[in-house]
Amino acid sequence: MNSSQLLGITTFSYLFASILYAIIFIFKAKKLGIVATFFTITAFLIQTAGLFLRWKESYEIGYGHAPLTNMYESVVFFAWVITLLYLLVEWKFKTRIIGTFTVPFAFLAMAYGSFATGINKEISPLVPALQSNWLLAHVITCFIGYAAFALAAGLGVMYLIKNTSTSKATTNDETIIGTLPALQVIDDIIHKSMVFGFLWLSVGIITGAIWADSAWGTYWSWDPKETWSLITWFIYAITLHARYTRGWGGVRIAWLAIFGFFAVLFTYYGVNFLLSGLHSYGSS
Amino acid sequence: MLLLLRWLKLFSIPISKHRTPRVLLVSSLNWPAPTIEPHTLKQIVRISETLILPTTTQRSHKARMFTKNPFFKFFSSVKLALSTLCLLSLTSIIGTVIPQKESSSWYIENYGEFTASIFQILSVPDMYNSWWFLGLLGVLSLNLVICSIDRFPGVWKQIKADNLAIDLKRLPKMSLQKTWSSNLNIEDLRKGLSTIMTSKGWTTEERQHGDNLLLFSQKGALSRAGVYVVHTSILVIFLGAIIGEIFGFKASLMLPETHQTNIVYETGTGTPIELGFTLRCDRFDIEFYDNGMPKAYRSDLVVTENGIKTDEKSIVVNDPLKYNGLTFYQSSYQGYQDFLLTVTDQESKVVETVILPFQEQTTLSKHNVQLGIINAQSIGQTTSKMKVWFKDDSGSASVFWLDAGDQTTIERNGRKYTIAGKQLYATGLQIAKDPGVWVVYVGCGLMILGLYVAFFMSHRRIWLLLRETDKETTILLCGSTNKNKTGFTSQFTSLCTELEAKSKNHGKNSV
Ligand code: HEM
Repeated sequence: MNSSQLLGITTFSYLFASILYAIIFIFKAKKLGIVATFFTITAFLIQTAGLFLRWKESYEIGYGHAPLTNMYESVVFFAWVITLLYLLVEWKFKTRIIGTFTVPFAFLAMAYGSFATGINKEISPLVPALQSNWLLAHVITCFIGYAAFALAAGLGVMYLIKNTSTSKATTNDETIIGTLPALQVIDDIIHKSMVFGFLWLSVGIITGAIWADSAWGTYWSWDPKETWSLITWFIYAITLHARYTRGWGGVRIAWLAIFGFFAVLFTYYGVNFLLSGLHSYGSS
Repeated sequence: MLLLLRWLKLFSIPISKHRTPRVLLVSSLNWPAPTIEPHTLKQIVRISETLILPTTTQRSHKARMFTKNPFFKFFSSVKLALSTLCLLSLTSIIGTVIPQKESSSWYIENYGEFTASIFQILSVPDMYNSWWFLGLLGVLSLNLVICSIDRFPGVWKQIKADNLAIDLKRLPKMSLQKTWSSNLNIEDLRKGLSTIMTSKGWTTEERQHGDNLLLFSQKGALSRAGVYVVHTSILVIFLGAIIGEIFGFKASLMLPETHQTNIVYETGTGTPIELGFTLRCDRFDIEFYDNGMPKAYRSDLVVTENGIKTDEKSIVVNDPLKYNGLTFYQSSYQGYQDFLLTVTDQESKVVETVILPFQEQTTLSKHNVQLGIINAQSIGQTTSKMKVWFKDDSGSASVFWLDAGDQTTIERNGRKYTIAGKQLYATGLQIAKDPGVWVVYVGCGLMILGLYVAFFMSHRRIWLLLRETDKETTILLCGSTNKNKTGFTSQFTSLCTELEAKSKNHGKNSV
């Protein structure tokens, strides 16, 4: 068994888990809930093993570095953090429906990593610029932030779905929508995820700046990736202020959570493929 | 990990499909309120949980400084902050789509004369340093300063408030409160209850209000200042950037092996800058992985002052040399067609190094030998092997192949020479002087600290009011927090249970 097999299994397990969560939601098949959770946990454990194995393999080849250094490894890590955060939320809130809107993100990230063209899955050595512990700190912190924002966006979609149907006043506990948590609760988790993500994104941007400074002597050079991470940071800062000081909540914040996540995606993927910059390592 | 746990603590609202029906809170002006049974307390907790959202509605109106002056009013408004942040986000996109700092002819070529001239007028080619972008950052800073001056005094008052002076009528109106009575006397209760509180980290102060004894304890009062730490940190970062801009510079340098310099050239302008010391590069090496990717670029740098070596370091990317406030970064290199040869006479141990152009012969003065490279193998810019021609005064020349970066020892009539050869490189260095970088990092640290405090800490206050009547003592416990009501509610509930147990303990355990 090698790491790419394990990560391949992970992709399909996340797909299966996503389908299970969808079934629970659409067919109100609550009894399947425990199965979905079990599957997600299994997939998560397989993925964890896969990541560690990949780490070990990189040492066997003689390159020796944590699996966080190219586009493929970063999407795998992204999926891993999304699942971890989701499982924590599920455990804390004892509700599985949220999985319908968040586990697919983990699957999509894995699927993108596995099947998209132009993604190099090889374990490759680190070019000199990437040989830094600040890089590790940077990638880890950024992706925790991104994953929290993914969660917030998934919950944003959930909020909007629940809200549209609630306003039609057809809802009771027997309908599909009724199984979703109360709007206030969703709103609250969205907010908390964004707060959490904002803190980590801030740390991510800062560690990135420290890395740039130790490698090139400039902590901020306005390259497109840096600039987009700052734009994303601004968007969430605006969202938090709108909530704290202008009392925004509910639908508006749900939309902002989704909108903010598009900025995250653009920072993450868009910049690599549509714009050019220092972070070109991500495009291989 | 700690943060992860804190985050989980934030998530402490139970999900219930059925909202707890609204019940009037047990609060009335004619305190003491009726005794509440434990299950009722639970209900109160529930209700307060469902009532806490959203957070914004809970904000108290704080004293503000600027309510009249229109200038200050404008610059203290959050609306302005939101607009500025939106504008910054939108305009920042321009510089990520239109390449920056190209030559003016480049813009004409790619965008046409007319568009290029508009770009020049609006400083688009260097938009992040343009007057309007810096202006936006200036507005943001001014906004932050004035907003803080406007609000901080009010917040500071809350932090420093004398909470024992509270109007007692307000206590029973708090959302978290519980009343019970005990047949212990007020003095025993005071001692017993404050001991429990202290053991839980709630150190109490107390004050007599007529017949009533008021105890108060708080945690995290300073957390109210967290937001202001975040806002200040942004200004600190800006300050650091400005210091770097004014007192620092960026320069670059191509320094061939064995050469030295005391002048570098400013990036962009090319202005020469005196270092005040001499920098020499003894050697530059590239290491490769098996698959041909570069593994390390390494320059052996030596600093001398007045001919005396004062520092040396083998630098690689991500590990620069710092000297006298300047930092030297490994940034690029250049390969020459010349060779760097070092000859060591094994008997006398005399070492001599020469730079040798391809297919030229030279004489080493110390050794009295002649030397030349008569052939070489290269892949692209990189020479991998060289054919050395070597002759001293004893007989015909030796000719041999030498791998670049390697050395070999030859024997000629009893004399041994070790010859090391490599392609000549120049190391490309970035030089940065940035006295503001530490200010920036302090700002970053403050930001993280401030965000943590603002997001994850809360100002929690607990009052305990004791009143002795004929036979018994009535106890009112109430609490308030500015954030994370659920977390506080459970703390409050468990404290409540303990205090209640203690006061009903008929003096067995009381101090
Ligand atoms: C990018 C820049 C900014 C960042 C990162 C930032 C950060 C924050 C954060 C994290 C909070 C949340 C505090 C809480 O948990 O209650 C906050 C609140 C606030 N911010 Fe900012 N802020 C920024 C710019 C501004 C500006 C320019 C203003 C100017 C008016 C401003 C005014 C406020 C106000 C009034 C609050 C609410 C304070 C309170 O609730 O007591 N912020 N800010």
